[in-house]
Amino acid sequence: MGYRTDYARVHGSGAAGEGSHHWWSQRITSIALIPLTLLFIFPFGRALGGGHEAFVATYSNLWHALVAVLFIIAAFAHLQQGLQVVIEDYVSGKAARTAALLANTLLTWALGVAGVLSVASVLFSA
Amino acid sequence: MVQFALPKNSQMRTGKTWPKPETGGKLRKFQIYRWNPDDGKNPQVDTYFVDLDDCGPMVLDALIYIKNKIDPTLTFRRSCREGICGSCAMNIGGQNRLACIFGMDEVTGDVKIYPLPHLPVVKDLVPDLTHFYAQHSSIKPWLETKSNTPAKEWRQSIEDREKLDGLYECVMCACCSTACPSYWWNGDRYLGPASLLHAYRWIIDSRDEATGERLDDLHDPFKLYRCHTIMNCAQTCPKGLNPAKAIAEIKKQMVERTL
Repeated sequence: MGYRTDYARVHGSGAAGEGSHHWWSQRITSIALIPLTLLFIFPFGRALGGGHEAFVATYSNLWHALVAVLFIIAAFAHLQQGLQVVIEDYVSGKAARTAALLANTLLTWALGVAGVLSVASVLFSA
Repeated sequence: MVQFALPKNSQMRTGKTWPKPETGGKLRKFQIYRWNPDDGKNPQVDTYFVDLDDCGPMVLDALIYIKNKIDPTLTFRRSCREGICGSCAMNIGGQNRLACIFGMDEVTGDVKIYPLPHLPVVKDLVPDLTHFYAQHSSIKPWLETKSNTPAKEWRQSIEDREKLDGLYECVMCACCSTACPSYWWNGDRYLGPASLLHAYRWIIDSRDEATGERLDDLHDPFKLYRCHTIMNCAQTCPKGLNPAKAIAEIKKQMVERTL
């Protein structure tokens, strides 16, 4: 409680000067994901039944590898942005919120980089 | 702050069923939230019967009927009884409405009346709007100018004036903000649809000279960007306004000035 005025409480530490970039890049990744998902999912689906050789055959092709890498980057960037919003909405404790945001960033980066490296290793080892 | 269960002292009890009026007209059943800060009890839902032949058509008419003829302790805000003061905003039949311009015939079954959701209750149907009003004042809801004040008035073209239509009509009843889940969870920091609609009303006012500062003040992940276009605000607004669209315009302008 305390004796802070309502006006002071509403103002808090002022505007963070952040948010529009996050909002805008979330729109960009979602739009980019429409064609990228379609381009990625069909060759990926076709390779799914064929085991390791089929994947090597698909992703040693530069075009398929490019689409896969772009898809992975856009998808994990979008995942990171989306989860960040969910965490900010629903996790209220300061420590829990900070920990969740940090975990989100680290995990999505790790998974995204792992995905890109996997495609690259197939492409360059073929 | 997400809470999925009501705290113990907020859990509802079944309240008193008040005697039916014996005036012989057609009766309508009302179930109304009651909470008294002085008796230390949990909130309860009381049941009242209103004689429709002895009462006006609006929900506010029924509340006044109950207060005058059945239970003078029933507490609610009202003033203009024509949808311009915004005092009698409450949750009627699951929707935030102004009781004075919402007809009883717009609800099927029993009429259930609660205070506006997710605000501290002062008593019965009266919520505490202190924080809501402070948020409104924080967006500087007045004309900000730097040029010398003109001898007559600040002039505005008819086209520029038309941009304020759909915004200036807001009566600050708080129906929209209290219908917004983002405002429920983060209302301490998120300004909410009402304040943001007012912010936009001044951002696009052609006479205002503080557009940049106004955008700067809103550029914040919580003040503005908790809006996820859920659209409850537009659906519930008793004046038929669209705060979600105003917020979308602010976000657009926020990006446009970087491009």
